[in-house]
Amino acid sequence: MSALILIDSVDGKVSKSSGELATFAKRIGEVTAIVFDAALVPQLSAFQIDTVITVKDLTGASMVAEMSEAISQIVAAKSPKALLITSSSKGKEIAARVAVATNSGIITDAIDVDSDLITTQSVFGGGTTVHASVSHGCAVITLRSNSIEVAAGSGTPATEEFAPTISAAAKLATITSVQPAVKGGRPELTEASIVVSGGRGTNGDFKPVEALADVLGAAVGASRAATDAGWYPHSHQVGQTGKTVSPQLYVAAGISGAIQHRAGMQTSKLIVAVNKDPEAPIFELADFGVVGDLFNVLPQATSAIAAKK
Amino acid sequence: MKIAVCVKQVPDSWAEKKMSGQVLDRAGVDAVLNDLDEYAVESALQIVEANSPTNEAGEASGHTITLISMGPERATEAIRKALSMGADDAIHICDDALAGSDALATSLVLAEVIKSGGFDLILCGTESTDARMSVIPAMLAQRLGYGQLTFAGSISVDPASSIVKVARTTEVGIENMEAKFPVVVSVVEKINEPRYPSFKGIMAAKKKVITTKSLADLGLGADLVGAKAAWSTVKDALLRPARSAGVKVEDGGDGGSKLADFLAEKRVI
Repeated sequence: MSALILIDSVDGKVSKSSGELATFAKRIGEVTAIVFDAALVPQLSAFQIDTVITVKDLTGASMVAEMSEAISQIVAAKSPKALLITSSSKGKEIAARVAVATNSGIITDAIDVDSDLITTQSVFGGGTTVHASVSHGCAVITLRSNSIEVAAGSGTPATEEFAPTISAAAKLATITSVQPAVKGGRPELTEASIVVSGGRGTNGDFKPVEALADVLGAAVGASRAATDAGWYPHSHQVGQTGKTVSPQLYVAAGISGAIQHRAGMQTSKLIVAVNKDPEAPIFELADFGVVGDLFNVLPQATSAIAAKK
Repeated sequence: MKIAVCVKQVPDSWAEKKMSGQVLDRAGVDAVLNDLDEYAVESALQIVEANSPTNEAGEASGHTITLISMGPERATEAIRKALSMGADDAIHICDDALAGSDALATSLVLAEVIKSGGFDLILCGTESTDARMSVIPAMLAQRLGYGQLTFAGSISVDPASSIVKVARTTEVGIENMEAKFPVVVSVVEKINEPRYPSFKGIMAAKKKVITTKSLADLGLGADLVGAKAAWSTVKDALLRPARSAGVKVEDGGDGGSKLADFLAEKRVI
């Protein structure tokens, strides 16, 4: 037993970030995947996973406290060197509770972890790279999506079942109803390999932003100015107080590039900016910038990209 | 109803942050009340207001809001800001031995204060804008054995039945959740619009009591906290070379096409 990973899913499919966790975990040693939905098990042979533990009685939609308790019991039983979890809202909370329950150190939002369990984090909006390691217990590490190329699996993993003992304390909160996020066919913001974001310059009209996103198969993001104005849902906010994204391509349309926004997108591999103001700070980090009106530039780019496909 | 709000003083999020050795340089930048904690303070105020029917005699509602903050001496500035918004009093855990504490130690200290205060409702922001780990609320719920209602996009509290209902709002959607007192709640930004402290509030805050507690007051050993007890260690922190600006073109009617050409050249499309 060397590394545990937690599998999560999007719309019934194992998430790409789960595959990334397997790829990282393989560097550490033998990989055991914890899965809460048995239906996902057949998909797991696509990844570098040696053993799959299916947790009984709970699902991936269970509460953080219950899932954390089950995972803590597996950590106690298997004594892995590391537990890798995706850096989502729920993933970080599970990591937090497991770290407390198993007396383990925790590192969140890593973008890399090596065979010696040294993590790399990109902090302060990508301006500083930090290397760190856990010095006590099982290394509980959450990793950001889009951090590594997913390596393909080479066989069908062995399977085990685990029956957790869930305490009354883990059931104090209950879920009474669920409204899944309206996807609109676009990828999830933090998982997307391309993100097109709109800001103040859209004046509330996100149509050109969405059209460009759709032709690129991208997720739509928004600056805080745009979400505060009620132009786009808060869940799409990119920045220091919103989501941190690190896609292959980030397109900022009508976004000036305040430091708080940059903190959420500065580690994107390629940055493209469209802004009327030639002095907008976003141009300082853009690989390609167009000084112009997004209502002219974006539709033209959208048709040109459609024509190239 | 006794409400506690966990607040933290952080470097101003508009300031350029840098590392000083293995830790964040806090001395060289302006320090402010963590933006995201303001939403928790506002939430607490709104919950008290909603549960305080107008009383002609002007008697107190019996509901109290206590701020809990761990930090160096100057953290009192951030605490005063939250007091001036309308919280009643504050507990400030201040001890030299706490410097360099990790999230595990911080949650241990905060949990100890919460336990001894007998609070019904513990409100937090979702994360601090400096460390951005977003783990303290979940750690508190785990340590205290309280119900966890985190990432609340809305909240309603019924003191009579002790039931707290929230709409947990995350990237996967909304889960309507509930639990009975005592509960740990974290609130997301969209939950409200924090009020600006009024002049009256700022004046009143000067007279409000901030109780300072040391580790010894809490019965916690100094060996459990601080940099030496941290279970994660920073090896090094390196400044990344600044991202250099690339090509910038004026839109002369063909800006969109040039953008598409650039993406094609980079093989993105």
